[in-house]
Amino acid sequence: MSTTFPKKPQSSAKVAPVPRPTHDLREKAYLPEILAGVGVSMKHFFMNTRDMIKGQRPDPVLERLDDGVTAISYPEQKRPYPERFRGVHRLTLREDQSPRCVACLCCSTACPAQCIFIEAGEYPEGDKRRGYEKYPVKFVIDELRCIFCGYCVEACPCDAIRMDTGMHAVPYDSRDQFIYEKDLLMSFESIDGTRETANPRHEPGDPTHPGLDREHAHH
Amino acid sequence: MTGMQVVWTLIKIVLMLAVIINLAALLTWYDRRGSAMMQDRVGPNRAVIKIFGKEIRLAGTLHAAADGIKFFTKEDFMPPKADRLLFAIAPILAVASVLALIATIPMADTICPTNLWRSVTKDGSTFTIFPAVQRWGSCVADPKNGVFPIDMAVAPLNVGVLYVFAIAGQGIIGAAIAGWSSDNKFSLMGALRAASQMVSYEVTMGMSLIGAMMIYGSVRLDDMVRWQGENAWGIFVQPFAFFLFFAAAVAETKRIPFDLPEAESELVSGYFTEYSGMKFGMFYLAEYMEVVTSSMLIVTIFLGGWQLPFLHRDGITIELGAAKVAHVAMPHIWVSILGVVAFFVKVILMCWIQAFVRWSLPRFRYDQLMTLGWKILLPASLVNILVTGVLWLALEKAGPAATDALRLAGNITQAVVAVLATYFLARVVVGMFGTRPKERFVVGSAAERAQAQGGTQSSAMQA
Repeated sequence: MSTTFPKKPQSSAKVAPVPRPTHDLREKAYLPEILAGVGVSMKHFFMNTRDMIKGQRPDPVLERLDDGVTAISYPEQKRPYPERFRGVHRLTLREDQSPRCVACLCCSTACPAQCIFIEAGEYPEGDKRRGYEKYPVKFVIDELRCIFCGYCVEACPCDAIRMDTGMHAVPYDSRDQFIYEKDLLMSFESIDGTRETANPRHEPGDPTHPGLDREHAHH
Repeated sequence: MTGMQVVWTLIKIVLMLAVIINLAALLTWYDRRGSAMMQDRVGPNRAVIKIFGKEIRLAGTLHAAADGIKFFTKEDFMPPKADRLLFAIAPILAVASVLALIATIPMADTICPTNLWRSVTKDGSTFTIFPAVQRWGSCVADPKNGVFPIDMAVAPLNVGVLYVFAIAGQGIIGAAIAGWSSDNKFSLMGALRAASQMVSYEVTMGMSLIGAMMIYGSVRLDDMVRWQGENAWGIFVQPFAFFLFFAAAVAETKRIPFDLPEAESELVSGYFTEYSGMKFGMFYLAEYMEVVTSSMLIVTIFLGGWQLPFLHRDGITIELGAAKVAHVAMPHIWVSILGVVAFFVKVILMCWIQAFVRWSLPRFRYDQLMTLGWKILLPASLVNILVTGVLWLALEKAGPAATDALRLAGNITQAVVAVLATYFLARVVVGMFGTRPKERFVVGSAAERAQAQGGTQSSAMQA
């Protein structure tokens, strides 16, 4: 007993038929296509085996688009980081090797991960910067919490904090090894090798701005 | 059975077991390394061994050794509600059937022990000579001294290939029991698929060999190889059956593209999900040992077993039809050693072919797999039997001219094999001296910095 289903009525909508891919006999037989695929695999196999034996692998960075084993054997080979790579932070220094930072707390406020802790303090008596600027008694960054967004660098008005060390935080054994103190942050160099800030502080009484001193800050 | 025969049998057993188990372990390494070479990756290369303070990395083969250590030292966990006896027996069944299969496969032609080497005294000094044997006829046996001709299969049975099929059918039980006793629905599904797949392709395996049995005139494996040595290799007289048998053997051993029972993305590990430690190791190695075993079978039946083109028991005889072009006599011991070496080289080649087929093809869906087995391969093997039978009868009635033409064609195929093998070897050797074309692509500051350094820096391996 067979059931005949009614035919689907012709729809009046104007439709464009979708071209379905059809297989010709050569494709249906599978074997020619399989052999073509195997040929591609074999070409790569013999070329790569020869390269591995002779030690002539392509350069993983400069020839990374070639056919061949272009995998980087980290840690023996490392891809250099790009120019604007945001790495571990560093505190820039003034000419007298004191930190450029004035403890304004802009960076710790801007940080989305709240990984910067600053304790501000007054300069000791007799220092000519006392009452005019503060300095960071404690400057602690938890590199594990940091998300390396760079907002702290953008927020700093004095070019006191930078992320141009070109290093990434290496894997440590415990979380407290990621907490970097002020001395450690001041000891890092940028990838060019400099530690000085690009925004030198002009003290009141400097010859660069004659006529300005602490009592008369503006012309 | 004399002492000599016992000693020879033990040597053969040790040789076959050593080859098959070591080849299986090396195949686990090659699966990873060869696939990496095909896919532009590096593959396993980090396992080192320190010898005299120097670190040696053997291209990653130590990873296979590390796998072995892992199998021995992992906890042997049995699921709480699993059937204890069946759970423990299933891997044993799987491995036992594979190891029992290799007993009938011949490694070389029959060895005449009296003709291997002989001490000859001449002018007062003794030296050893290596005599040759004649091409036709059998060895000289010396029953008084217990010297018999030695067949180079562990157990040269009269039923030959039928024993192979019987034992291959036992492997199905191991897979089915493993899935059932694991108390895991996914394992059970994997076991169901495995059992039905293996049963389906078992039929095709048998049917596709009937044409070969008709042509060779025997079910004994060493008779098949001798026929191929005198005439043409099996792949030339039965090319269709070669493909059918190859596909059926790959499906029988549950290799990709037929590995749905152990599909990693679908069934975790299929029927051996719940196994760990040495039980899993036995299943894992059993799969690779099955690759080696099926390669040995294919080599014996279709690729000429231990035969090299034009090499016979008395040496190399290049003849084309009725004309004998050249003859170089070789001692019996050399012919035997060459036979063994040729057999294992061909087995390794066939394993290599199975390995790269594995990395080239996607997996069959289950219904496609069953359709292929029952609706395409089985009728194709029946058609193969029909065509082989018709052609065989026609050639028998055709007369001596056809026989001579066939003999010439057989010799031409042997010459073609020799020439092709030499060509490919030469091409590989010549290709080793080439260099690859390199195209520098310096875009982006990272690449520019790398170029300023003079290429990506490499340093010695750091701890």
